[in-house]
Amino acid sequence: MSDQAVSQQDIALMAHLLRRAGFGASRDEIEARARQGYDNVVAELLNPSDDPGIDEDLMYRAYPSYFDKAAIETGQTEIVYRMINNKHQLKEKMALFWHTILCAGDNKVDNARTTSMQYDTFREKGMGNFKDLLLWLSTDPAMLYYLDNIESHKTAVNENYGRELLELFSLGVGMDQEFNYTEDDVKACARAFTGWNLAPTIPVFPYGRTPFEFRFDPPAHDYGEKTFLGETGNWNGDDVVDIICKQPAAARFVARKLYDFFVADEPPVPAWRLSEPRDIDAIKQLEQAYFDSGYEIKAMLEVLFNSDFFKGEAVRYQKVKSPADVVIGTMRMAQDHVEPKPGLFFVAMEPKYMGMDLLNPPTVEGWHMGREWINSGSLIDRINFASKVLGDTSLPGIQSMVGRLMAQGENLSAEQLVDGCLDLVGPLTISDETHQELVGHVARGGELRHGSDDEKADFTRRVGETFQMIATTSEFQFG
Amino acid sequence: MVSTSKDPVLAVVSLSGGNDGMNTVIPYSNPRYRDYRPTLGIPEEMIIPLNDTLGLHPSMAPLKKYWDEGKLAIIQGIGYPNGSLSHFRSMDIWATCEPVELGVEGWLGRVVKQLDPNKENVLTGVNFGRGLPRALAMEGVPVASVGDLNSYGLLTEMEREEQRNEALDLFGRMYGPAIGRGAVEDFIRSTGVEAMMGADILATAPGQYRGEEEYLLGNIGGYMRDMVQVHNANLGTRVFFTTAPYNIFDTHANQAVGQSNLLNDVARNVDSFMADLRHHDISDNVVTLLYSEFGRRAMDNGSGTDHGTGGVAFVIGEQVKGGLYGEYPSLEPGELEDGGNLLHNNDFRSTYATLLENWMGMDSKEIVGGTWEKHNFI
Repeated sequence: MSDQAVSQQDIALMAHLLRRAGFGASRDEIEARARQGYDNVVAELLNPSDDPGIDEDLMYRAYPSYFDKAAIETGQTEIVYRMINNKHQLKEKMALFWHTILCAGDNKVDNARTTSMQYDTFREKGMGNFKDLLLWLSTDPAMLYYLDNIESHKTAVNENYGRELLELFSLGVGMDQEFNYTEDDVKACARAFTGWNLAPTIPVFPYGRTPFEFRFDPPAHDYGEKTFLGETGNWNGDDVVDIICKQPAAARFVARKLYDFFVADEPPVPAWRLSEPRDIDAIKQLEQAYFDSGYEIKAMLEVLFNSDFFKGEAVRYQKVKSPADVVIGTMRMAQDHVEPKPGLFFVAMEPKYMGMDLLNPPTVEGWHMGREWINSGSLIDRINFASKVLGDTSLPGIQSMVGRLMAQGENLSAEQLVDGCLDLVGPLTISDETHQELVGHVARGGELRHGSDDEKADFTRRVGETFQMIATTSEFQFG
Repeated sequence: MVSTSKDPVLAVVSLSGGNDGMNTVIPYSNPRYRDYRPTLGIPEEMIIPLNDTLGLHPSMAPLKKYWDEGKLAIIQGIGYPNGSLSHFRSMDIWATCEPVELGVEGWLGRVVKQLDPNKENVLTGVNFGRGLPRALAMEGVPVASVGDLNSYGLLTEMEREEQRNEALDLFGRMYGPAIGRGAVEDFIRSTGVEAMMGADILATAPGQYRGEEEYLLGNIGGYMRDMVQVHNANLGTRVFFTTAPYNIFDTHANQAVGQSNLLNDVARNVDSFMADLRHHDISDNVVTLLYSEFGRRAMDNGSGTDHGTGGVAFVIGEQVKGGLYGEYPSLEPGELEDGGNLLHNNDFRSTYATLLENWMGMDSKEIVGGTWEKHNFI
């Protein structure tokens, strides 16, 4: 396979896959993956080996604070390191996917290690079974604390988790104009989870935050009869999860969320009762995979990545990149922080500045995505960050791209340089007007030679500037 | 629209998460209050009395002087029909004035649009904080969203001034033409142009401000101070918005400490904000609304309170006619809503309409959706 020539179309499709099923890649990796063949790469992404995908010993040696995560920033920095470096990119992307949905915020949990452990579990279980995931979530210390289930006793029911489990984690308020559940279902659901509580455990160190673990408290549990979504019995939490998972609305929920995250932007969940999916045929295929496989997420992803609705050119560069995609995609393209080095902390704070405070979503609803990522403040941050990194010609990924451009000929025209840069950061298509402005800007700098050392330095600087200006374009905001 | 420093300005602060109205403005003489709040009842000697029946939470003490001056209006029993117990839905309803259908346009976005239909000033509406709140979201309405007033700007990392100027020129040309590649891309382009213009103008504000008031930084304090800086710079901003961190008032658990700290943060910062405006002699034309998306359940749950409906809002400013508006919801068990929530008796759109008509001098019908009975707090 490795000798097989790859076409520009293969490269464009592979770049699309790696942007969506991962956080992008260097040009060198995109070409190598394209030679591997699309179907093989999808299979590899879906079936990662059991290793962690990074050298964890190296990471913990370089960043020992990741072990106990006394501060949320430490947890965020570890996540960013893994996003950049995890070779199991889909696994890492699925962790982010579930974090945007089944989220607990450290602003309330106030225990960075516990909140980070939730994220770690999304990484491990993210491509598994939806029912297992919801059952685990209902025992997850961060969640039980975040949504107050630890305060829920049979004599004083706290509805917070019971409500959000239905509204935001599994069904959504409604679909096809109908409501998916009633207020009575919320109450029954909350009663079923009474007594799902926490116990403190031994601290990692003799100081700092104590992690929690799940504990079921029988005296606090309401063993009485409950009617939930039309079924009556002495339901406990696991029965409720069973009943949830067989609802058509659960299939719709997971399908529409996957479509939204990987294919094209959908409105937020509260709108789903009244708004039809953008592509109902695609949603139906994913729903079918959900039921056929017994709620396996991987089976749904397999359908998705092999479908025409994903592979088609119509959906490429139509999703506004999330702040994580902007930051990690830029780092992977530039091959910065691909091994431990100082300064990662500052990179890891960037998603927050762009409106995506990892481990700390604004509400239990997660972030409003799509065009809602963009406002004048966040756009300034996105542009400033990406143009700074892509203009740094000392970074290995940028140097490699400069080398590729030099190899194109001894004297490039301004247009060749702009087109070459666009190809290397994408391939990215920009409007004719923007293209013309960029070519004009490069042309005003004179000839582009790279014979002598001075010419090489000048050429390199101007490639960096061109990357910088591409990073400011509106087109660069899409992925 | 030409704005001067004397045009009325509206500042809106969201107390996100559903502030417990019953423990903010407390019906202390009503024996039912003690029945409902066995755990969370505020001891009577700590309550700051407003009259024979109602008093403020002790953390609200810094705002008592504005009550005494007659500059603080308290809107009791505020809400809307069939109150949603979902934070997100209820926040959206307050933000869009659409309690039945799903709205995407923010009411303050419509206000900015009506004030400045031709987008002559990209700073007519300014939000402080990261991310654009739904209340200000509206197609074609520029709103600067400022996370940090001191470092707000485009391509500020470029070291050489000449290179940065050239780059900004190029940026302006690339973002200039709206070429119809799609609604989202056009939106990004216009946002980019507005961001560049807004940043240049906002950069002038900090230099004109002589801050002497102390704010409690962390939640809303820094943003309230930045509002004063921008208002002081006379940039024509008519609508300011900020929010407490999302859902921070969601006190299902451990409310006694949590709400006390939160109200202390709000009251002290609003006090600093008012004092700062007065110190700069620019307080005359600012009115501030503080609201939360719902109140909380009458009965406490042993540690906190669950989501409720009828709540409380505050309007403060030199031109405000202080006092109590709306009615305190009945605490009689038979007169609570299903589920044990306080029944609202005045719609939040009445408060919005009052602010828009009587203060901003605007027609509120299109903005809040229909005609609503006004209060007379202004």
